[in-house]
Amino acid sequence: MHELSIVASLFEILEEKAKEKKAEKITSVKLKVGALSGVVPEFLETAFNIYKKDTIADEAELKIEEVPLKVKCEKCGAEIIKNDYVFICEKCDSRELKTLAGTELLLEKIELEV
Amino acid sequence: MEKKEILVLEELLGSNKKIAAEIRKKLEEKGILTINLLSSPGSGKTTLLERIAEKLKPDYRMAVIEGDIETERDAERIRAKGIPAWQIITGGACHLEAKMVGKIFPEIPADLDFLFIENVGNLVCPASYDLGERIRCTLLSIPEGDDKPKKYPKAFTTSDCLIITKTDLLPALPFNLEHAQKEALELNPKLSIFTTSALKDAGIDELIEYFIATLLKLRQKNA
Ligand SMILES: Nc1nc2c(ncn2[C@@H]2O[C@H](COP(=O)(O)OP(=O)(O)O)[C@@H](O)[C@H]2O)c(=O)[nH]1
Ligand SMILES: [Mg+2]
Ligand SMILES: [Zn+2]
Repeated sequence: MHELSIVASLFEILEEKAKEKKAEKITSVKLKVGALSGVVPEFLETAFNIYKKDTIADEAELKIEEVPLKVKCEKCGAEIIKNDYVFICEKCDSRELKTLAGTELLLEKIELEV
Repeated sequence: MEKKEILVLEELLGSNKKIAAEIRKKLEEKGILTINLLSSPGSGKTTLLERIAEKLKPDYRMAVIEGDIETERDAERIRAKGIPAWQIITGGACHLEAKMVGKIFPEIPADLDFLFIENVGNLVCPASYDLGERIRCTLLSIPEGDDKPKKYPKAFTTSDCLIITKTDLLPALPFNLEHAQKEALELNPKLSIFTTSALKDAGIDELIEYFIATLLKLRQKNA
């Protein structure tokens, strides 16, 4: 269960951004979580709500956008959403696929009160 | 009071990635091949390292970083083979992070050939943390079952190498070796797959050859 330590890293970035912008409060936090990011969004949310107490994001709402695994076939160019994580092109059987999205674990944007 | 929206676009594990990249650069400049071992508890990581130590010791210099939630036991097992070992006790954390390896870094001898890192026993969390390794190996032991690659995809999609361990137990258990290999390759077509038994000393020489070949490639690149 490494979601708590990931939330700790998130708060390091949040504190830094708040300071930089001289914000008094962070009211909203938006994450992008890939299907192959290795974290479970529900656990992230639980950890966030525990961690936020007595921080600058005390009342912040966490929004998580779940990003499916998207690959591109380097042979035939097909772009495919892979829910089964099988790295084989459904169109031409090639195994040369490039991952376009779905591994990210990203702080996309925040809302501040200044 | 004014409300503002700010686009951040920062990776949550960005600071770990940065530290890992620095560690990798420094180790590779010294010509050291670093190997991060991932698996569930009890898949045979420490036992495999003991066998590798016996085989490498006459001709190569190796060291081991052991990650565990508690106890020095695994590091002691490695030291008993005459190999330098450091124990990282995570005190609850289910994975190693690059900064933990960074703390040990100053003590790592510069003339090593191989640095092995045995991660905390867990097939999920360690997969998200780059430690600065050149090769990531996931171990899957026969008693765990052949359905594990699809259940824990991240360990397999981020690894370079899969080691199927405890093959001496194949006759006793309904593990379909072909099925496990097929599913692992579907997740990651680039995986190098090895099958080993530390008990019967099977397949370990082939694995070591792969490590040595990768070490030579690294040093050729440096030269
Ligand atoms: N049958 C069999 N048992 C093994 C083998 N390798 C390790 N074990 C046993 O598996 C258990 C866990 O091994 P260990 O190396 O401590 O696993 P780790 O937690 O991944 O480091 C021990 O009881 C070992 O004796 C093997 O190749 N065959
Ligand atoms: Mg062990
Ligand atoms: Zn294709």
